[in-house]
Amino acid sequence: MAAILEARDLHFSVRGTDLVRNASLQLDAGTTSIIVGPNGAGKSTLLKLLTGELTPAQGEIRLDGTPLAGAPAWKLACQRAVMAQNQRLAFPFSVYEVARLGLEGVGRAQPRGRSEQIVAEALETAGVLGLAGRQYQTLSGGEQQRVQFARALCQLEAGRSVAERQILFLDEPIASLDLCHQLALLDAARAIATQGAAVLIVLHDLNLAVTYADKLLVMHEGRIVAQGAPAVILDDALLRGVFRVDLAFSRLPPTGLPFLLPQQHLRTGGGSALHAAGS
Amino acid sequence: MTLAMKPVTAPGAAALARLTASRRQRNLVAGGALLGLCLLLMLLSLGAGAFAIAPGRVAEILLARLGSGPAELLDSREALVVLNIRMPRLLLGALVGAALAISGALMQGLFRNPLADPGLVGVSAGAGLAAAATIVLGDRLLAGFGMKLPFAALPFGAFFGGLVSTLALYLIATREGRTSVATMLLAGVALGALAGSLTGLLAYVSDDRQLRDLTFWSMGSLGGASWSKLSVVAPIVLPLLIAVPFLARGLNALMLGEAEAYHLGIPVQRIKALAVLLVALAVGASVAAAGVIGFVGIVVPHLIRLLIGPDHRLLLPLAAIGGAALLVGADIVARLIVIPAELPIGIVTAFIGAPFFLWLLLRRGRIAES
Repeated sequence: MAAILEARDLHFSVRGTDLVRNASLQLDAGTTSIIVGPNGAGKSTLLKLLTGELTPAQGEIRLDGTPLAGAPAWKLACQRAVMAQNQRLAFPFSVYEVARLGLEGVGRAQPRGRSEQIVAEALETAGVLGLAGRQYQTLSGGEQQRVQFARALCQLEAGRSVAERQILFLDEPIASLDLCHQLALLDAARAIATQGAAVLIVLHDLNLAVTYADKLLVMHEGRIVAQGAPAVILDDALLRGVFRVDLAFSRLPPTGLPFLLPQQHLRTGGGSALHAAGS
Repeated sequence: MTLAMKPVTAPGAAALARLTASRRQRNLVAGGALLGLCLLLMLLSLGAGAFAIAPGRVAEILLARLGSGPAELLDSREALVVLNIRMPRLLLGALVGAALAISGALMQGLFRNPLADPGLVGVSAGAGLAAAATIVLGDRLLAGFGMKLPFAALPFGAFFGGLVSTLALYLIATREGRTSVATMLLAGVALGALAGSLTGLLAYVSDDRQLRDLTFWSMGSLGGASWSKLSVVAPIVLPLLIAVPFLARGLNALMLGEAEAYHLGIPVQRIKALAVLLVALAVGASVAAAGVIGFVGIVVPHLIRLLIGPDHRLLLPLAAIGGAALLVGADIVARLIVIPAELPIGIVTAFIGAPFFLWLLLRRGRIAES
């Protein structure tokens, strides 16, 4: 497995406050990496550094061997797609048009004659093909999030004609989704990884993170305090130190994956399910 | 190998095909209707005025000019009026209308704000101030040397003023190579107010004749159109019209936000700089040629969005056609309503534009509530 993206010793600060410190990581082809951490840990800032939106004060990011800084925007757009937290839209575009925006900036990778099919498949994959004619602004937050996912898929698909080795960045992609669509989106993201791309997701749900991550990155106060396979790096002490929550920590039998439940919840009677699962 | 994408089912694909086909048809109908309306108004405009000429006669003269008709027709008084007086006026009106409407659409896209307009960000005010300064101060300054103010000084002054105010705005809003759109909008309002107050001051110290010039200028007029004026304005405005196809994709992506547009592969800073520069040039030249004409830049793009949606690839060219149609139409009204005199065209566009805009706001409010 070769690294598509390598970041070494990244620093970023705003007005004297360090948001990201000493961050080094690599994103490998075919793997899903998930960043977890409390609010303000620097997850989104790290993501913005890796996508090129922000420039690190120190450190270096290499995308497929070449420095990220100075890469032309269209080329970068072929190599990586980003689904950010922001899902506002200034004018009443239709769902179809919003998804199609994924094709606007990819320059030479512009799919002539195939764009309609790409948009349709992306909408179908995100489960919003039926909404294609609707105005984006009239959708619920969750539906909007799925449309944004479709847009990222369009960009990735178009970019493949120029860049083979791609990255998909998702910043809290399931924040407004119901459980069924949470799993559907994460499944789709993982399927993209198994086909050779690198996927990096910022996630809050620890159990989903553990389930979907090949590699888990735990952030705390701007630093990556642990990274590796979730079953290996996660333990009581780490979680208590980072999240300041007492967690009931057990391992699911078949895989040995950690399963976490807040202690407080346990005390109010929700614990029986956990014991059943953990025994 | 394709990505992990789901294949589209047959009914899903069919529904989508129906959707895109109906959108395409809607766009075609709207575009065709708008173009037809614009051409019709242009034909009427050549015939309308204190010296009325029937549209049929206008068509004959035009055909004769193109070489397929009796050449002696071109020597008639009607031909003289149509070709040398009304034609340059028509073309100037169409050019200015198109430029103002596109500028409005560009500004709204750039600021991601449906209320943005060259008037709002102070470009027009800057141009107006420079024009007023030319009228009031230039006159006195040159009188000291025993010279009269050359007519061409006014357009150049306005053009220069528009450019300077835009550059000032751009410099204020740009930090470390990034232009903050919000700062630009706020600074534009402030600069506009400053330019307005200075213009008022100039009006206060001006004499009667200058005041009359000023008033006419600030309300806009196509009265001074000539082929020579057109030949100066056209080369400055045309780059805007030509650049439109290159800006449309970028503006579409910008609707998601600047960071998102960058992620999508749009060279955001370049698009912003180019759009601002082109708008400054086009608005400066328009104000120089025809004075300050309000509401075209805000009403036309909104109307087009109601017809065909907000996709800039279609919005920008149709706004150009719509802007041309509105200004040519307003000019007809301006010439006919107080025959044999004529009304400043800015009065007509504001009279049509302001109520329309209010209606638009009320309608939006109702949509938001429902």
